[in-house]
Amino acid sequence: MDMTRRFFLVLTPAAAAFMDRTGGAETQPQSKYLMADHYWAMTIDIDECIGCGNCVRACATENDVPHGFFRTWVERYSVAGWPEEHPDVDSPNGAFDGFKDKPAKPGTKSFFVPKLCNHCEHSPCVQVCPVGATFESPDGLVLVDKDYCLGCRYCVQACPYGCRYIDPEKQTVDKCTLCYHRISQGETTACAENCPTGARTLADLKNPKDPVHEFLRNNSVQVLKPHMATGAKVYYKSLDRSVR
Amino acid sequence: MKDAAHLLRLAGLFAFGIVLFLLVRQQVMPAGFGKYGHFRPAALDAVRARPMTYAGRSTCEACHDDQLKVLQAGKHATVGCESCHGPQAKHAEDSSTIKPVLPKSSQLCPVCHETNSAKPKAFPQVVSAEHSGGEECKTCHLPHRPKPTK
Repeated sequence: MDMTRRFFLVLTPAAAAFMDRTGGAETQPQSKYLMADHYWAMTIDIDECIGCGNCVRACATENDVPHGFFRTWVERYSVAGWPEEHPDVDSPNGAFDGFKDKPAKPGTKSFFVPKLCNHCEHSPCVQVCPVGATFESPDGLVLVDKDYCLGCRYCVQACPYGCRYIDPEKQTVDKCTLCYHRISQGETTACAENCPTGARTLADLKNPKDPVHEFLRNNSVQVLKPHMATGAKVYYKSLDRSVR
Repeated sequence: MKDAAHLLRLAGLFAFGIVLFLLVRQQVMPAGFGKYGHFRPAALDAVRARPMTYAGRSTCEACHDDQLKVLQAGKHATVGCESCHGPQAKHAEDSSTIKPVLPKSSQLCPVCHETNSAKPKAFPQVVSAEHSGGEECKTCHLPHRPKPTK
């Protein structure tokens, strides 16, 4: 009898405290934003991109991206007729200052490819994080918990798209958040907002009225490195097959 | 009966171990961990807490509807305001003291319209040195409705 009473006295406050910790946390923000209502993605129309670099500059301004690091960048592909597997790719300063014209050899196909985090559904970077600091949010974003990141760089080498960098000041990893602070308030991302030709569009796959559904239905759309089955959610229209 | 006492002691130890585990777990686990997945939900709020630098076109349109009408009549109808005018969230918050600086057209326009062989062929491009010789683009073109005016 004595034994059970002691257990009772120890267990009840412990259990109560435990319940309080797990159940009491308030995590939804003050606004009306509900994670369950959204599933974010991005569409990129290669036919529209003019390589002006507005997206790169806007991203750096909006997110305080340190000089020489990129959350988004633009690559110029020059694909000669043969061999197609080895296109000439350049991205001077991530296209922060745009592109100088380069005389193209006849028969060469040249175009711009904007790149950013693909916010993969089954992300390799999330799988390798030893401390759970990188995660997939319920609304389809791959985000970083900077208070828990150790800066071990596993995710940097795991990302097949090269979308992560180590913040030189904090020594923690950093990446595109798809402007979570903007899209959760009903705005579009900084890159899409500042794309003059509308090559980039933010897409909400859970919104039945979002034009992304028409876009995906009416166009032939590709993702980068589909063979890796990352579940990439940046959909490219008119992407050349030489793009990696 | 002697065996039962052994078992009871063992069970007691086991229960103590579980309670200890729960107490330690409660101390070291961040609040709400696991609510949405294998991460700390407060991290979501931390990412969302960032202030905006670009106000967004809809914010601009709320006040500048006169410019919007001109813009919508021309080829630049879908171009975002801040892609030319720069980040204006501060101006949107306090328009009386913070005034945007008008961009220099001879430097701004070539960012998009300078000839580049990798650009889509249908996109209007000029070699600005030959086209205007460094003169301000807006002497001939209205940036909001860019058809030449003379």
